[in-house]
Amino acid sequence: MFFTYLRRELRRRRKAALVVASGLALGIALVIVVNSVSSGMNRAQDEVLESLYGLGTDMTVTKAAEPPGEGETVRRPRFRFDAKDEGDDAEQSSDIVMVQGFETLASSTVTEVAKQDGVAGAVGGLSVNVMKVDGEFKRGAVQQKPGQGGPGAGGGAVRGGGADFDVDSYTAYGTDVAHQELGPLTSSTITSGRTFKKSETDARVAVLDSAYAKEKNLGPGKKLTISGTDFEIIGLATADSGDAAADVYLPLAQAQKLADAKDKVTTVYVQATDSQKIDGVKETIQKNISGTTVTTSADLAETVSGSLSTASDLASGVGKWLSVLVLAAAFLVAGLLTSAAVSRRVREFGTLKALGWRSGRVTRQVAGEALVNGLVGGALGIALGLAGAWLITTFSPTLTAQLGGGAGAGGGGGLRVAGPGGGGGPLRDSAHRALDIALTAPVSLTTIGLAVTLAVTGGLVAGGFGGWRASRLRPADALRRVE
Amino acid sequence: MYQLSGVTKRYRRGKDSVNALDGVDLTIEDGGRLVIQGPTGGGKSTLLQMLGGLDRPSEGSVVLDGTDLATLPEARLTRVRAEKIGFVFQSFNLIPTLTAQENVETALVPLPGLKARERRERAGEALAAVGLGERLRHLPGELSGGQQQRVAIARALVKRPAVLLADEPTGNLDESMRDEIMEVLEALWEEHAFTFVMVTHDSALARRTRRIATIRKGRVTVKERAVDAA
Repeated sequence: MFFTYLRRELRRRRKAALVVASGLALGIALVIVVNSVSSGMNRAQDEVLESLYGLGTDMTVTKAAEPPGEGETVRRPRFRFDAKDEGDDAEQSSDIVMVQGFETLASSTVTEVAKQDGVAGAVGGLSVNVMKVDGEFKRGAVQQKPGQGGPGAGGGAVRGGGADFDVDSYTAYGTDVAHQELGPLTSSTITSGRTFKKSETDARVAVLDSAYAKEKNLGPGKKLTISGTDFEIIGLATADSGDAAADVYLPLAQAQKLADAKDKVTTVYVQATDSQKIDGVKETIQKNISGTTVTTSADLAETVSGSLSTASDLASGVGKWLSVLVLAAAFLVAGLLTSAAVSRRVREFGTLKALGWRSGRVTRQVAGEALVNGLVGGALGIALGLAGAWLITTFSPTLTAQLGGGAGAGGGGGLRVAGPGGGGGPLRDSAHRALDIALTAPVSLTTIGLAVTLAVTGGLVAGGFGGWRASRLRPADALRRVE
Repeated sequence: MYQLSGVTKRYRRGKDSVNALDGVDLTIEDGGRLVIQGPTGGGKSTLLQMLGGLDRPSEGSVVLDGTDLATLPEARLTRVRAEKIGFVFQSFNLIPTLTAQENVETALVPLPGLKARERRERAGEALAAVGLGERLRHLPGELSGGQQQRVAIARALVKRPAVLLADEPTGNLDESMRDEIMEVLEALWEEHAFTFVMVTHDSALARRTRRIATIRKGRVTVKERAVDAA
């Protein structure tokens, strides 16, 4: 009887039922879309962060920035070329390998970090910047004025001559080949050749970012010369998303030799034993290892700006509150409409009570109808929400993530700007990377579960309103009112 | 047996209070038949509601088979209504979305231990008893007024109540329909011997009953008279 009565009543009042269900559907669809877009934002941010950190890294440890001491000069790359003799047009070339940010930690810091409570693993890496300048000087010719000529005659003007130099700059990352499970290289996939073997701790081998290799027409089997040292290219790595962390990956020892940074690392990549205790581990490391800066994904996320950040703020701010508002309005409207429906059925419920129906049974009947309304609204809302999420994923608008170095986030991606004194030049470019990320709106089972919960809640709220009214009806009043 | 003693029902209207019933004393024997008559607003329906346990008196007692309905807790009063009292209303009060059979079933829903199949069978039998065995699956909207009232009578009697309370059961029907419904009610009363109390304005109907209670300004006077032939 319960279901027959319920079905017939919903059919009779299908317009009102549709209004209630549509209101709930709109709210639930908004919640799904906002939730899925937020997930998409988080995923996009994760992708951005992954491109810097690599998979599995919970935090990085870098040397704390210090202001330059008194009398210290600003460190900048310097190139020296000799003047050539007249008629000598040979090309001159010089490349400099500099530690990014000029700040390093002792390699022993890696072991020290690994010993801290809550640390599952720690791997060191050295980020370097290679600047290569090559070209030639042309000596100018002295042209004497007429009448001033003659051997030994002074005066005249220098004509012609000059310099033609090409500057090439790229980033290289010294990776601990024995522990490749952490660090920037994990955010790339080897698409050609192979990665490092564990035994290649000091081998002259290199893995190149595929985009860089394409630009320079390099590939597995070819040679890459850095500061006079030849490296065999063994593989190409393609970044899973965004830009690669570095253009060239080398064994750590080789990078240290090139940068004259023996037993030094720029960054320690740390994995925590429990992702819920990252803040605690951060505190422990900062407390126990002085002179370090620990940057977590959360810290780094705060440095993300651009349209990704704006959209993320919109989703978590306006979107969240809009969904809450629409849902609250939908719940209220559903409740009021159900209550109004009870008012129109006073005689019906009065009759049922006269027939011996307990208030609880009448309330259950009303609540059941409202619950089904809620579930229909939920189903509609889920369908609408999934359609919205699908549309967003299909059109996948591109968002730009600007990565600022303000938080001092370290990392192989060259997020860290030059250290004290602020190295200018090419390093500055790497400090503000812009990554284009396609926005998706993944709908998780949790989101669907949330939608169902909201639908049931909406139904129960509406049923609560109506049921409360129905339960308060006294049969005599109900029958008298009709008379 | 009904035993009403000093039943007063007071309603507040603004600052004033109005006595719809004023110290009513009344006895109705088991299987008896009583017609309640009186002017509009005289308290007829209020008295019927007291008898049916739909409302409680402000003062006095309404005793049915030794149980005072005036002081019975709501849950037990609901149970008394479910098991012992059948109602027939002037405007039928059928649920428009349920078929004739389902409407009759609603009276059996509160009874414990009845399975759905048994409910359906009993509802079918009750409808057959009022001549609607062929209309089980019809919705109220598909039935005439007289047929709807027959469904309401079947609904009232399907649980085999000790009491049938009818409030103007023919008030919405034409004369031929009125007589038809009264014949059905009288036949069922004679067959099942339930206590039958009916409120009516219709003197012609009242004359078919030996015992008539007239209620004016909340006060009841009962007269017994010779019965007209139907």
